[in-house]
Amino acid sequence: MTHPQTALPQHLLSAADLTRDAALLVLDTAEELARVADRPIKKLPTLRGRTVVNLFFEDSTRTRTSFEVAAKRLSADVINFSAKGSSVSKGESLKDTALTLEAMGADAVVCRHGASGAPHRLANWIRGSVVNAGDGTHEHPTQALLDAYTMRSRLGRIEALRVAIVGDVLHSRVARSNVLLLSTLGAEVTVVAPPTLLPVGVEHWPCAVSYDLDGVLPKSDVVMMLRVQRERMYGGFFPTTREYSRRYGLDARRMATLPDDAIVMHPGPMNRGVEIAAEVADSVRSTIVEQVANGVSVRMAVLYLLLGGGLVEATEVAA
Amino acid sequence: MTSAHPPARPVTGDPSVARPVLDAADVGRALTRIAHEIVERNHGAGDVVVLGIPTRGVSLARRVGARIDTIEAAGPTPVGSVDATMYRDDLRLRGVRALESTDIPPDGIDGKVVVLVDDVLFSGRTVRAALDALSDLGRPRAVQLAVLVDRGHRELPIRADYVGKNIPTSLTETVHVLLDETDGRDAVLLGPADLSRGETR
Repeated sequence: MTHPQTALPQHLLSAADLTRDAALLVLDTAEELARVADRPIKKLPTLRGRTVVNLFFEDSTRTRTSFEVAAKRLSADVINFSAKGSSVSKGESLKDTALTLEAMGADAVVCRHGASGAPHRLANWIRGSVVNAGDGTHEHPTQALLDAYTMRSRLGRIEALRVAIVGDVLHSRVARSNVLLLSTLGAEVTVVAPPTLLPVGVEHWPCAVSYDLDGVLPKSDVVMMLRVQRERMYGGFFPTTREYSRRYGLDARRMATLPDDAIVMHPGPMNRGVEIAAEVADSVRSTIVEQVANGVSVRMAVLYLLLGGGLVEATEVAA
Repeated sequence: MTSAHPPARPVTGDPSVARPVLDAADVGRALTRIAHEIVERNHGAGDVVVLGIPTRGVSLARRVGARIDTIEAAGPTPVGSVDATMYRDDLRLRGVRALESTDIPPDGIDGKVVVLVDDVLFSGRTVRAALDALSDLGRPRAVQLAVLVDRGHRELPIRADYVGKNIPTSLTETVHVLLDETDGRDAVLLGPADLSRGETR
């Protein structure tokens, strides 16, 4: 590893905040930290005495658990705070919640929120580091990092990989973060979706756009299927689920048109039978279970790089 | 601080001012002697595992392992590395560093005699961190420490079992260990304080 001078910004809010060197630093660090999972003692003392708050305003199993495991493996104290059963349901504002957590001495706040931009606001109010764990339809940078990590560990590189991101791009923070990060890392990204599920301004993204999945698949090293996010849909985006699945779902027939060593990814949770067929999700090309394991390593790397060095200025301000 | 070096960091001290204290032949002889001492102290090398502390400690560990193999015919001595970065006590002071690799030989370290190898022994804090890292990786029967240079100024109750050369230094001086694997030649240089680096080792 040869990036002694690279550092992460104080917060991780967007995949666009990461330079190529910073992103590679996270991936290389994660590679070393992944080996902690194979040891008899799966714990490092590095963040002893630090507090990481998981502030989740939206449902999540894998991301919240993943951050919790990552923080605990680094010996940090973890506080899980979900909107349900907290003062948020009594009408407390995001700012007051943030100030409360700040007063309790949170060194890092991992935030998931239904509103795009909420973690950015949060970053202005608290002194610790803010990690965006998914904000509305905007970004989910650690997911993009773990996807990049998975590609690199399966295919050995990211540079010049042809990546197709398929499905509900409009509502997908995963797609946005992945497009930004993968283009930083030199991959060639194509987003594939029906025109109704592409966001306004997608032509300015650093990627190609296609409506034709069958045309893109034979030229893809990685296919990333996105979940159809019904909970964010307030209109008719496609005629029927069956129609969507027929045009944009990945089934065994379509998978057979992929190059030999191509992989199939999905950020989860999956709708089996809608965007991805069960036999595809369970095939050897699928990296879905690996992605979850890699998520812990990547989040350990992010927490270590954000918190390990200590916030010298912040403690001085507080004193 | 001993071994506080990211890989292949260029030696920024002015070589015309730095004074050589060991040349390539001296380094070779010191490592040969250390290998013999390890075999003698442990009555053979059957249980010995040599683990280097990155970066230069790993190169030294490989060389010591190879020399033990020429002395003892018991088969190749297991050689690996142990990165102590995550166990350091100065991360908060100096900021995070990139991690180096930890490679434990397949047979592990439980019940073995682990010889830790580093280039320079200074404050002892790196070795302290490496000992903590080892205890999370297994339970060696014994841990011994080999260093190419002991420059004094310990801040912890730690001493080396095998020393290539004791070099008395002042706190402001710098000790540069150059190795063929990382720097293109073998030498140990003693230089004046290098303020641009902000650290001495």
